[in-house]
Amino acid sequence: MKIGVPKETYAGEKRVATTPEVIKWLQKLGYEVAVESGAGMEANFSDNAYREAGAEVIGDTRALWDAADIIFKVRAPDDNEVELLHDGQTLISFIWPAQNEALMQKLSSKNVNILAMDSVPRISRAQKMDALSSMANIAGYRAVVEASHVFGRFFTGQITAAGKVNPAKVLIIGAGVAGLAAIGAANSMGAIVRSFDTRPEVKEQVESMGAEFLMLDFEEDGSGEGGYAKTMSDEFIAAEMALFAEQAKEVDIIITTALIPGKPAPKLISADMVKSMKNGSVIVDLAAEQGGNCELTLPHDITVTDNGVTIIGYSDLPSRLPTQSSQLYATNLRHLLTDMTPEKDGQMTIDFEDEAVRGATVIKAGEITWPPPPPKLSAAAPAPKAAETAPAVVEEPKKPSAFKQAIPLIIGALLLLGLGSVAPASFMQHFIVFVLACFVGYMVIWNVTPSLHTPLMSVTNAVSSIIIIGALIQISSDNTLLMGIAAFGVLITSINIAGGFAVTRRMLEMFRK
Amino acid sequence: MSAGLVTVSYIGATILFILTLGGLSHQESARKGNVYGMIGMTVAILATVFGPEVTGNFEYIIITMLIGGSIGIILAKKVEMTQMPELVAILHSLVGLAAVLVGFVNFMGESTLTGVEKVIHEVEIYVGVLIGAVTFSGSVIAFGKLSGKIGGSPMLLPARHWLNLGLLIASIYFCYDFVHQAETGGGMTPLIIMTVIALLFGIHMVMAIGGADMPVVVSMLNSYSGWAASATGFMLGNDLLIVVGALVGSSGAILSYIMCRAMNRNFISVIAGGFGTDTGAVAAGGDEEQGEVVPIETDDVAGLLVNAKEVMIIPGYGMAVAQAQHTVNEITQALREKGVNVRFGIHPVAGRMPGHMNVLLAEAKVPYDIVFEMDEINEDFPDVDVSVVIGANDIVNPSAQEDPNSPIAGMPVLECWKGTTTIVLKRSMATGYAGVQNPLFFKENTRMYFGDAKESLDAVLKEIL
Repeated sequence: MKIGVPKETYAGEKRVATTPEVIKWLQKLGYEVAVESGAGMEANFSDNAYREAGAEVIGDTRALWDAADIIFKVRAPDDNEVELLHDGQTLISFIWPAQNEALMQKLSSKNVNILAMDSVPRISRAQKMDALSSMANIAGYRAVVEASHVFGRFFTGQITAAGKVNPAKVLIIGAGVAGLAAIGAANSMGAIVRSFDTRPEVKEQVESMGAEFLMLDFEEDGSGEGGYAKTMSDEFIAAEMALFAEQAKEVDIIITTALIPGKPAPKLISADMVKSMKNGSVIVDLAAEQGGNCELTLPHDITVTDNGVTIIGYSDLPSRLPTQSSQLYATNLRHLLTDMTPEKDGQMTIDFEDEAVRGATVIKAGEITWPPPPPKLSAAAPAPKAAETAPAVVEEPKKPSAFKQAIPLIIGALLLLGLGSVAPASFMQHFIVFVLACFVGYMVIWNVTPSLHTPLMSVTNAVSSIIIIGALIQISSDNTLLMGIAAFGVLITSINIAGGFAVTRRMLEMFRK
Repeated sequence: MSAGLVTVSYIGATILFILTLGGLSHQESARKGNVYGMIGMTVAILATVFGPEVTGNFEYIIITMLIGGSIGIILAKKVEMTQMPELVAILHSLVGLAAVLVGFVNFMGESTLTGVEKVIHEVEIYVGVLIGAVTFSGSVIAFGKLSGKIGGSPMLLPARHWLNLGLLIASIYFCYDFVHQAETGGGMTPLIIMTVIALLFGIHMVMAIGGADMPVVVSMLNSYSGWAASATGFMLGNDLLIVVGALVGSSGAILSYIMCRAMNRNFISVIAGGFGTDTGAVAAGGDEEQGEVVPIETDDVAGLLVNAKEVMIIPGYGMAVAQAQHTVNEITQALREKGVNVRFGIHPVAGRMPGHMNVLLAEAKVPYDIVFEMDEINEDFPDVDVSVVIGANDIVNPSAQEDPNSPIAGMPVLECWKGTTTIVLKRSMATGYAGVQNPLFFKENTRMYFGDAKESLDAVLKEIL
């Protein structure tokens, strides 16, 4: 089958759905690849680079769409592109079926398959094809870059000959993939980073990226299905807003990434909070396309308020890093296609048994198959399970009673007394030696370093061949049979002595600093 | 040489043996300790040979010792370091066999003892032969299992606990029978029957123990060989044998205890055999789909390693099987030259005998000051950028901490998943000896690097250089 990669038509879109590197992988799967001339120009992939990777470069848009069985795109198709789709073709791109009902209707009127990269389920198996995460990662990074671009100061604190520079304070709201990427970027630039999220389980992740996790004094878990957040109660939101209002006065940069799937973005930063911020502060609103987390955000644009706060509402942050985002997106596409090409013969199949493919497929042969049944696994373990197992753990550590501990001692003492009452003196003398030797052994062995346990075993093995003495004494017997057995005993213990000591020596020679 | 001189020599030998074991507390003093051991053994043998008890047949002593010694030295020179567990096991069997032989000869020879002393002497013979026979057959089976001549999985006979109990009761009965018959000059029959029973018991005991419990078995047999020597000492009234046997016996017992603790297992349950049989149903039930593993390619492995600051290598039995220790060392050297801090984390039961990994790494000339015990480095994992798990499974299984129903619950494990990335080298997705699925492989920060450990690491080494 042939994969066609057209040039993106959306204004300002710089990404491309495949890269020369990925084309090699697609060919290994048995596919041919055709790229529209100039498709990768903005992302710094020239037509020649595609040709060298073995792709056909087609100048005419319609010719490309007609030739391809599968179309890879980044943005959802516009009306012209919908027209270009032909019977039996498969389109893989971002679709946003929930927000684009009209588009879905138009697409379903054609006998085509549509796979939406935004609908790939959030299960661990499908992580490698999760384009939302790859794009969010880039958006988070770019948000920090954009903020630093308009921010009038350093991020890092410095003591210079020209005076002291205070570090910038960055608040990141929402610690999803984008939020964590932003934390990482801001932290590595030297800023003091704080972060807030309604899901308490991300605290560890936030801290691992080097930010301080802001806690609310409030009990409510915001974890929703599929690792996303859900809408919180009113009391919770009030407490949350109070926290943001307090933080707004103090921080220099706010990056908001709060999104709830299928709903408009929650308004977290009010106009009053923006007013209370310092002159020169920056807000980057990553939720701008879904209405924005800040009341004053202008979607797709940048504004400066009266009190000098810059609000960035760009919705094309991944596209502003086109080479990187094309590379990751193309790899996500490749992973999805790998899943759909089990035989590696260049024949794509849409298998609804495959949870990832099932989730991504929004239209199959002209029929709308969205929304899919909910995914079975969430990234985090469900909470009730933890509660079930907890009591079992608590019960375990029962201290044995003093009596139980004493039993072996009592039995030992009785045995010794019993032995002492019947055994003759000659035996008891040997017995004293035996018990003392056990104690000496006990004391000495605990000091042996664990790395020398193997040499310890081989040397004790050699030493235990001291039993040779028994055989040596017996070898003087006049009885030929007994002498023979004893001689054999001497033979095998000699093997042991020589072998044990020699191998220990060999091993110990190897232990060098 | 008079009896007094012999005794003095024995005391000297005893002290030398204690110094031998004491020397093993440090790598530096260990070599000296080994020399003490050799001197001690030489002194003891010479004192015995020239003492009053050995009166003739010197030519046999010289011939047998020369032959035996040569065989031993050849074995020691030829053995691969990865085969060390087998060698130790087979050497244990020789001690056991010698104890049996000495016991029989002692019984067949003349005895001047009477009354209670005679009874005690008979019991000493009986116990010495018993322990010796168990050590002998158990060690032979352990050797078979370790060298792969016998399958590693536990052989579980029905009602095996009752069988063991029956064998024990039979041994006690024959002991009584033996002492009784010995009074009238007989006793050979019960002694032989008991020897057979003890041999069967040794076979059955080790057959029922799984491969992962082998470190316990090897150290336990080590302990038995000591007790056998000690029992022989009682039988012959020889304090040197008693002391040395007790030293070795307690050494093996402590090692067994350390190994059991490292697996959070009860000593009795290891000996009774059959890992996970009680909890097997639970383990199977918990064996649900855990997500997908993320494979990784050679160049990415090399990239991760070169770009890391802190690398922790966790070797397991798989490294020994693949003989990958030399490649591991070369990678370590290459990374250290690039300024990467490479360390090794060793779990006490990694491999098939105590200290197995240390010996292999030492053979490959990995400096021992970067090789750490589990307790020393487990706290450091959060700062580790890349952990490389080479052919290990159960010792890095997070379910030991997270799943109270797991058969290995509570076993101390190396917490490599707390680091940034874990690379697991593995031939396939098969479970470890415990038969437990390992959630580590499905963690988000784990990458699976499939293939033979040696070949994979050779490829990585080429990339790094």
